[in-house]
Amino acid sequence: MSALVKSSLARKWVMALSGLFLVIFLTQHFVINITSVIAPDTFNEWSHFMGYNPLVQFVAQPILIGGLIIHFIMGIVLDFQNRKARPIKYAKFSGNSNSSWVSRNMIITGLVVLAFLGLHMYDFWVHEMTVKYINVQPEDATRYLPELKEKFVNPVRVGIYVVSFILLAMHLWHGFNSSFQSMGAKAVNQGDRLRKATYAWSVLIPAGFIFIALYHYFTHS
Amino acid sequence: MKLTLKIWRQAGPEAKGKMVTYPLDGIDGDMSFLEMMDILNENLINQGEVPVEFDHDCREGICGSCNMMINGQPHGPQKLTTTCQLHMRKFNDGDTITIEPWRAAAFPVIKDLIVDRSSFDRIQQAGAYVSVNTSGNTQDANSIPIKKADADEAFHSATCIGCGACVAACKNASAMLFTSAKVSQYALLPQGEIEATDRVMNMVRQMDIEGFGNCTNTGACMIECPKGIKLENIARMNREYLKAETLG
Repeated sequence: MSALVKSSLARKWVMALSGLFLVIFLTQHFVINITSVIAPDTFNEWSHFMGYNPLVQFVAQPILIGGLIIHFIMGIVLDFQNRKARPIKYAKFSGNSNSSWVSRNMIITGLVVLAFLGLHMYDFWVHEMTVKYINVQPEDATRYLPELKEKFVNPVRVGIYVVSFILLAMHLWHGFNSSFQSMGAKAVNQGDRLRKATYAWSVLIPAGFIFIALYHYFTHS
Repeated sequence: MKLTLKIWRQAGPEAKGKMVTYPLDGIDGDMSFLEMMDILNENLINQGEVPVEFDHDCREGICGSCNMMINGQPHGPQKLTTTCQLHMRKFNDGDTITIEPWRAAAFPVIKDLIVDRSSFDRIQQAGAYVSVNTSGNTQDANSIPIKKADADEAFHSATCIGCGACVAACKNASAMLFTSAKVSQYALLPQGEIEATDRVMNMVRQMDIEGFGNCTNTGACMIECPKGIKLENIARMNREYLKAETLG
């Protein structure tokens, strides 16, 4: 088992599994967020559930944070090791002739998403912790939608969200499909269906988040 | 054809190398790339200079020796082709061609364009074989029924010539395509089953020890491989490795 943790193949598995876990989380996050557009009461109700359910707060949330940390730390470690594997760079390297920019620059798109997560955590998670544990405000199941809308009044913040989700889409475009290859899935190579499905998801979910941000920006009063 | 060549020159493993520019005239489009290099070297010798060292052997695209990074691509711009099978008609009069050795910590430069690829040998020695007793009673391999598709795939994986273009093309200098091709050619055949666990474990361990980078699935290795070794091999090796780790 120790070899599984130390080997380069095990590191691929860790990246793939933590990435797939985050893909599932992102899907769930999107499903809740889209209700802020199509069913505001449902959004408040689900947000309140997520904010106060002990299983979500004390089991799911730490697992999510753990998954995020593992994915980012492993990504940075892998990038460091990969740079070490080629200490002298080529004078001329035609990367575009054999691979996509996105696949070669996962660390860049990943670090932008990490920076965005900092802003996102400050916007919502820190705010939520302050409301619940510092100010100890009474439970209010109607506060979530107004709080969300308030965040999307500032055009600069909306712009940051849009750019970040475009970069997230690029990250997912390679990462989601790639995770199946890392886990040795035959389907990735034997058929295009899974590949196309991952590409579609990688565009549609971030586009959905961008739509939600823009919708609240343009509809705020 | 008049060319300007920018070539990596390095006197020895510990020497500091640099790119040196050489003008070259009188190159015909029907010459191979190595013949062009031969002409350059003849000129250098006639001028009393040290010729450019480069590896070559068969000049038929099967030995995997003629490794050069040409204009940022392993074996040059023509797909499914080794440097020796690349012809100068792929270039234009007046072109500048940049020629470098493979760049990887696991492929240290010996001199000029020659690198030490013995790390590949050590990966193969770690498990890319089938132990067969040669007592005279060994079963004829052809008497074992094998699915045609599996046999074809095993043979295709076995066409890897170990040139190192996959490592050279990979932005991470990963040797996954090479190692996985060697794992696959046995994993697909019944003769390879008995040693499957040790094979994949030992070969991956050796690959890591040699200091190759991690695979990030860019697919550059497959595109640049002169033998068209496929990414399926890497997926298969990942499965084999997990099976070996979890089931033993």
